[in-house]
Amino acid sequence: MRPEPENDSRSWEELLVAVAEHKEHAAFARLFAHFAPRLKAYAMRGGALPSAAEDIAQETMAAAWRKAHLYDPAKANAGTWLFAISRNLRIDRIRRERRPEPDPNDPAFTPEPEVAPDLAVSKHQSAEAVKAALKDLPEVQREAVLLSFYEEEPHAAIATRLGLPLGTVKSRIRLALKRLGDALDPNAHGAKE
Amino acid sequence: MTIRHHVSDDLLFDYATGALGEAWSLAVAVHLTLCPICRERAARFTAVGGVALDALEPEAMTSDALADCLRRIDEAGGEPEPQPATRVSDQSDKAVFPAPLRDYVGGDVDAVRWSAVGGGVRQCRLETADKAQARLLYIPAGEAVPEHGHRGLELTLVLTGSFRDGAIEFRRGDLEIADEAATHIPTAGEGEPCICLAVTDAPLRFRSLLPRLVQPFVRI
Repeated sequence: MRPEPENDSRSWEELLVAVAEHKEHAAFARLFAHFAPRLKAYAMRGGALPSAAEDIAQETMAAAWRKAHLYDPAKANAGTWLFAISRNLRIDRIRRERRPEPDPNDPAFTPEPEVAPDLAVSKHQSAEAVKAALKDLPEVQREAVLLSFYEEEPHAAIATRLGLPLGTVKSRIRLALKRLGDALDPNAHGAKE
Repeated sequence: MTIRHHVSDDLLFDYATGALGEAWSLAVAVHLTLCPICRERAARFTAVGGVALDALEPEAMTSDALADCLRRIDEAGGEPEPQPATRVSDQSDKAVFPAPLRDYVGGDVDAVRWSAVGGGVRQCRLETADKAQARLLYIPAGEAVPEHGHRGLELTLVLTGSFRDGAIEFRRGDLEIADEAATHIPTAGEGEPCICLAVTDAPLRFRSLLPRLVQPFVRI
């Protein structure tokens, strides 16, 4: 993902790193200009009124500033990282629930097995692969998957929006997930249980 | 420890989108702590979220938004969040319960306040803000959970020991999902008690007479 070309040709990921390493305001402003309006849209799609959505978008970007040194470009691209922060804020503010997550510093955490460097695929490459795999889905499956991220009651909302029975929505999403899984890792586990 | 029974695409996807409720999310987070394979799958689903975010029509922020945001940062002290401290449990770096579960229990396995259900089986209900119910189950070695059915889905995740359901064995990190058609009788393996995290959307419904007498008082 590239920011709008001005004199700055850095990627969103590089801008986040600049915030982490130098507390660079210009880099933060570029990130804000691109992502804040999308984060606001994301919160509104989740049912927040514009002022609450604005609040969540600002909170997300403020959190991004504070956590920028924890961001690892090898693990996720900038949009994914910001999405996850915002998703968790949404769960906390709108649903008022906690968000349990695995903690890599937990003594009970089972670490990733050591992988030979030539076998390790950088997460940035796989983010590109995710985008491509999504594009390859049939239109109706892609729509169902994307709506699943936006809507607070995904299945019901999608059923209404696309004029489909609930069962059809669920099986469409299941098919899409299977295709995404196969496209991204032919040796994938899961989907058997 | 090789995990053989993983979380389904459906559940993992709902966890990645944030649609999954708190009790079910706790179970997923516990499994993810123990399973690098499913963490990789979860990361791919979350990456779809990044694409989804970018695909949205932007909603204009207020004209002072950036300044407001910078003010928030200043007011909070402007300091970066500290690196998370390595959590060490009381006994030499080992923890039985993954951290997300310790948060709900208030400690590791020794901190659990068990209530008797009958037949040596014990439970401990965990507080979540959603309507689904999460609980810890303690099944003595070789014992069966009292026969029960339930509306909706039931998830059982092994933390210690093992259990058999029919021909299939489940061990630490393994996850079983049963739907309402299944009246299943998980039986703990010999040699050590089986402690599981169980999540249901609807209250458990015990079939045989004795547990039903007990049930209104125990509030399963």
